[in-house]
Amino acid sequence: MDIVRNAIAGTLESGDVLVKVSPSEDGTLTVHIESEVIKQFGRQIRSTVMETIKALSIGAATVVVSDKGALDCVIKARVQAGLLRGAGATDLNWKVLG
Amino acid sequence: MKLRRSMLFVPGDNAGMLSTSFVFKPDSVMFDLEDAVSPQEKDSARLLVYQALRHPSYRDIERVVRVNELNTEYGMKDLEMAVRGGADIIRLPKTETAADIELLDRQVTRIEKECGRPSGQTRVMAAIESASGVVNAVSITRASPRMVAIALAGFDYLVDMQSERSGGSEPELFYARAAVLHAARAAGIDAFDVAYGDVNDMDGFMREVLIAKNLGFNGKSLIHPRQIEPLHKAYAPTAKELAFAKRVIQAAEKAKREGLGVTSLDGKMVDPPVIAHAEMVIMRAEAA
Repeated sequence: MDIVRNAIAGTLESGDVLVKVSPSEDGTLTVHIESEVIKQFGRQIRSTVMETIKALSIGAATVVVSDKGALDCVIKARVQAGLLRGAGATDLNWKVLG
Repeated sequence: MKLRRSMLFVPGDNAGMLSTSFVFKPDSVMFDLEDAVSPQEKDSARLLVYQALRHPSYRDIERVVRVNELNTEYGMKDLEMAVRGGADIIRLPKTETAADIELLDRQVTRIEKECGRPSGQTRVMAAIESASGVVNAVSITRASPRMVAIALAGFDYLVDMQSERSGGSEPELFYARAAVLHAARAAGIDAFDVAYGDVNDMDGFMREVLIAKNLGFNGKSLIHPRQIEPLHKAYAPTAKELAFAKRVIQAAEKAKREGLGVTSLDGKMVDPPVIAHAEMVIMRAEAA
């Protein structure tokens, strides 16, 4: 799936996460994560974000994740929403989104 | 028999509430994709609810998804997600005729088959929000074997009736409550009373809870967690009621052992409806 436009999903409210997605300028995947709990959960958050990106077969994009203490399942859903919006995807494969 | 006193509305796009609502222990939680979610957030909310449905924290709570009407651009997408995500119940808003439920049933059947869920596992319920829905409540409750409950939605119904809440004994809702409840009871399914919109008016809320309980509703739709505990307390049986219910069950078990169809207790007949009521009293007491 290709990211073809800038997109945002989520909020900066407590328990949520804001995900900004944009097309890659050099064909690479760049992921930047900010979190109030980066020291405790940074590795887990990155793992969730990367798995979600991989499941949607995104090879090139810039993804900025601003976490406000979201659960893994929320991070997953918001990253999915950001990527799908960035790709302009409307037909969802629920097996991939599991 | 399932205890359905409280159905807590949780906006489908509110990550914080989706992450915490299980701690309030409602009997059912209803993830809302309809009125609570703006059109531009429908897609994201759908993904959030899909994850919430699969989260272990909600495993012990009945999970309901209110989808958008099926004839909107969102309805079928919501339904695909909810059935595939494992929702226990699909709540159909603005149900007006049996055909609305029949269409829902056909689509749920198709999706269950496509995703490998056991046929019939996904149950459905109808929300009645108009005069037409009230008038057709009997056929709506019997439109599908998946139907487990019907709910009256007061705000839209009163708009349709060109009326408004008066407070007090609420005569403006009496006919709809009675009609919906009778349809539910005749079909052998559960009935939810309207949500009470003013979360700061606990006196008004409790007045309405008692109206619903005394009429015979299983419970109410709730819009705030603070409404759960008072509602559950109001539905809790008294010690005297519980003691009698236990004696009814003991008498019924004794009759069964002795091969008797019916028995009596304190001079009153103990038959299946009395036993069913006693079981409900005990269940409410254990859950209180």
